[in-house]
Amino acid sequence: MAGLELLSDQGYRVDGRRAGELRKIQARMGVFAQADGSAYIEQGNTKALAVVYGPHEIRGSRARALPDRALVNCQYSSATFSTGERKRRPHGDRKSCEMGLQLRQTFEAAILTQLHPRSQIDIYVQVLQADGGTYAACVNAATLAVLDAGIPMRDFVCACSAGFVDGTALADLSHVEEAAGGPQLALALLPASGQIALLEMDARLHEDHLERVLEAAAQAARDVHTLLDRVVRQHRAELRGGHRLVLGAGFPAADPAHLHVGERHGLHHGGGAVCGRRPCPGFCPGLRRPPQEVGGSASGLA
Amino acid sequence: MASVTLSEAEKVYIVHGVQGHTDILVGVKAEMGTPKLEKPNEGYLEFFVDCSASATPEFEGRGGDDLGTEIANTLYRIFNNKSSVDLKTLCISPREHCWVLYVDVLLLECGGNLFDAISIAVKAALFNTRIPRVRVLEDEEGSKDIELSDDPYDCIRLSVENVPCIVTLCKIGYRHVVDATLQEEACSLASLLVSVTSKGVVTCMRKVGKGSLDPESIFEMMETGKRVGKVLHASLQSVVHKEESLGPKRQKVGFLG
Repeated sequence: MAGLELLSDQGYRVDGRRAGELRKIQARMGVFAQADGSAYIEQGNTKALAVVYGPHEIRGSRARALPDRALVNCQYSSATFSTGERKRRPHGDRKSCEMGLQLRQTFEAAILTQLHPRSQIDIYVQVLQADGGTYAACVNAATLAVLDAGIPMRDFVCACSAGFVDGTALADLSHVEEAAGGPQLALALLPASGQIALLEMDARLHEDHLERVLEAAAQAARDVHTLLDRVVRQHRAELRGGHRLVLGAGFPAADPAHLHVGERHGLHHGGGAVCGRRPCPGFCPGLRRPPQEVGGSASGLA
Repeated sequence: MASVTLSEAEKVYIVHGVQGHTDILVGVKAEMGTPKLEKPNEGYLEFFVDCSASATPEFEGRGGDDLGTEIANTLYRIFNNKSSVDLKTLCISPREHCWVLYVDVLLLECGGNLFDAISIAVKAALFNTRIPRVRVLEDEEGSKDIELSDDPYDCIRLSVENVPCIVTLCKIGYRHVVDATLQEEACSLASLLVSVTSKGVVTCMRKVGKGSLDPESIFEMMETGKRVGKVLHASLQSVVHKEESLGPKRQKVGFLG
């Protein structure tokens, strides 16, 4: 392609990264007090915010309620000032609706919806600045927000994009690289099991190259997982240290000996009751296996 | 002519409400457009307010459109006078090109006193806006070309001295309060929105709410609004200038901080 060289002879990309290198990721959980769970992530210049409400009663038509599991409802919205050229409508257009459906599909695979029958979980994702990899940033932010809300999940969901230029697979594409028109792969992975929650590819790619691109995306997703895991542990450590006591509306002040993560229970707690609304029962009735150590079990956070 | 969209001058300003957590994000984008027929020597501002679903699930889909339109219309009204913003600085060539400033407000968290917070954020964002300097070159055939200055830091700033801020006064019982939280707003049946400039000039006034106000209290509330407005402008001015003086290495207020 004439003009912009996406991969130089020395192996450097337009922004100076190597082929498999991710952009700088910074994230924070619990950015909003009012929502059940929230998180903010920056992947390079892409900034995404995710807010989770739920599980709560089905809003609107009761007929939509599923008798055996929770309904996951996602909305993707990107701010009008997020792209170089101003967007007219933040959501409601085809692309946003499609992204919302993809997010829903991704999270239905990860959230333990059987634990919350006849209820609804809302995930609202807002892109504040788009510089490529918006789907991946949204998925990563939404994972953190769902964790912040204490909704039990099978595993983290980590996403990353990948492309293919000059025989090399590139991980974590920026806007310039996406706009160049080469093949793009978006992958959402459940890292512990290596299962793929969502796989999407645009443009033409020879099947011989597919495995390499897929592996590049999967490795990048695993790297993202390491970072997200660190963010969650740090957030929990902050709460444990009492620096940020997050109290839900109407919830009595917590006894420090039983300080829960944001008054909610965290990744592994599968309590039959709606999380965050009642005190921890001290055991996990919903899970068939013992709670996994995510730096300490739910009831033992003393 | 082909539409030229130059959006280098986007600026994002985050204003965190101190109490009750009202979170607003305002972005200003400057694009080239054609001046309005009745005002050929001026540019103009366009407002858009997006009430995001993260504030409350009721705003999902089109749920937030009503409130968004109401706030946008209020912003149009308070800026609809000659003195708020000098629109002549936005003109590039009369009747042909001008700058259109798209002011986009994103409401992330709603903790009461929306109008005030939004107007403060809009004023701060306009202060922060940098519009690139352009020149119109005319060649022999008479066709015009627009040339952008080579220096990326060569830009024009808007004077926001006369940009008004809204002060909402909520009537609770027989008294009135400013900067009401959600709970206080729930107790108030009627409120008065007063748009005040830094000099204490009232540019727009509106009564909202299902209750009624008697004329005495309206005058009282307006006086309070003017007084509070002047103080508000002074403190906003000092905060914004202090932040500006820190230069490019300043700590950006954001979610990560």
